[in-house]
Amino acid sequence: MLLEIKDLHVSYGAIRALSGISFNINKGEIVALIGANGAGKSTTLRTISGLIKPAKGSIFYKGMELTKLPPHKIVEAGISQVPEGRRVFPDMTVMENLEMGAYTRKDKAEIKESLKSVFKRFPRLEERKCQLAGTLSGGEQQMLAMGRALMARPDVMLLDEPSMGLAPMLVKEIFNIIKDINQTGTTILLVEQNAHMALSISDRAYVLETGNIVLSGRADELAHNEQVRKAYLGED
Amino acid sequence: MTGMSSFLESVLDPYYIQVLILLGIYIIAALGLNLITGVTGMFSFGHAAYFAVGAYGAAILTVKYGVPFSAALITGGVLAALAGVVIGFPALRLTGDYLGIVTLGFGEIIRVIFLNLKITGGAMGLAGIARDTSIAIVYILVLVTIYVMYTLQNSRFGRALVAIREDDIAAESMGINISAYKIKAFAIGCFFAGIAGGLYAHLLQYINPNDFGFAKSFEFLCFVVLGGLGSIPGVILGTAVLTLAPEFLRSLSDYRMLIYGALMMAMMIFRPNGLLGGVDLRRLIFKNKYEKQAGRGTAAGG
Repeated sequence: MLLEIKDLHVSYGAIRALSGISFNINKGEIVALIGANGAGKSTTLRTISGLIKPAKGSIFYKGMELTKLPPHKIVEAGISQVPEGRRVFPDMTVMENLEMGAYTRKDKAEIKESLKSVFKRFPRLEERKCQLAGTLSGGEQQMLAMGRALMARPDVMLLDEPSMGLAPMLVKEIFNIIKDINQTGTTILLVEQNAHMALSISDRAYVLETGNIVLSGRADELAHNEQVRKAYLGED
Repeated sequence: MTGMSSFLESVLDPYYIQVLILLGIYIIAALGLNLITGVTGMFSFGHAAYFAVGAYGAAILTVKYGVPFSAALITGGVLAALAGVVIGFPALRLTGDYLGIVTLGFGEIIRVIFLNLKITGGAMGLAGIARDTSIAIVYILVLVTIYVMYTLQNSRFGRALVAIREDDIAAESMGINISAYKIKAFAIGCFFAGIAGGLYAHLLQYINPNDFGFAKSFEFLCFVVLGGLGSIPGVILGTAVLTLAPEFLRSLSDYRMLIYGALMMAMMIFRPNGLLGGVDLRRLIFKNKYEKQAGRGTAAGG
């Protein structure tokens, strides 16, 4: 087990966002967290990456307790995040954004290697490397955010709503890339409202509802589950 | 160094020399504020307070304890940096307008403390400071400040500060320890304000808490905003325009703050990034370099 989340409770003031969720991710998997708006999906990701401190519970990564670590230590440990809404640095060039992704790394030669492989995966980023990130299209910004996360050479990549605001064609492309990143050895935790797409590439999935996990299982099984089809796939 | 000073003093009118020295001092302080507000994006309306800490710190040391000027100057800077660290902590939790309000309050607190302490001479001010500041010393320190700021901004540290300004959550998830960096930016920026303050005290030979009120903080902020947030040449230009123009427009001196206010409004509407903001000389050069690389890349690919 690479990442183990145990009885995680998170509150924003008086509002409870997560009321004791537990799940785990094995090495090499794609795991999806699906659920409606406000179910606590993003909160879960942000707690794993250390941006939010939980009220109770623990997160173990390779036997390390993450909840006690600050975000920059968690990145160094090998978990990098592609935040919701992409959050590229708008007034920096594509190149500078990617360099920021490798911020915790020191070895220049290895960083150059990573840059090469990111450009190979996203040729469009190479074409636009001197362009300011704020002037990129939504799809390109999503690619940049993913490329930036890859520059940290993570073992685990956390993706928060990668399909948000993208045209269906692009969503397909982005999900193919996610699958591909996974096949080259990166474990992926994916948070998505687009349950259909998320289940199509995932190995396993958890369904969140108002801060609790209500269903879990293999992605292909969940895709056929009556409840999931009704609530999240919009089928009768 | 003294040779250069005396040469300039024999050529130039003493009044202009005074104005030029003051300009140099303000450039040092403004470049310090630029690191905090321009580069890191933390609004500070209390920069005059750190300037005051440096001024009083250095002046008390030379006047009351007979400490040599250079040592007093550096100690003043260090004291201002410590004050910056103190205000840096609320800065970790606050952003934008809220941080501005806190720094405004902090600036006033410092001024009131100086107004009520015995060692600072209270409302009577502190007199009898030797005139140790010369034009040569000031401009050498201006060059040192420019060099330090330029090096900082183009370092790993500087890039992290810019990332914090652009998107602090993204910066944090890139593995940047934003708390440590914000505090460091505050400390360094305030250190330079303190150095400038020490020079100021040893230029005017008399300081009074009212020299370091909100109006002064606002003036520093105007230097940075007019020139271009984050741009070193911009800040120097902004400081020069706003320091020299009033001297040449003496007749309008009563309307100085009015003109500042109007200028700020006009700037926000017409050039919100400042005179030289967004005109990044470095990026123009880099862009050419990148394009060359890109050209080579496609040639190899084809």
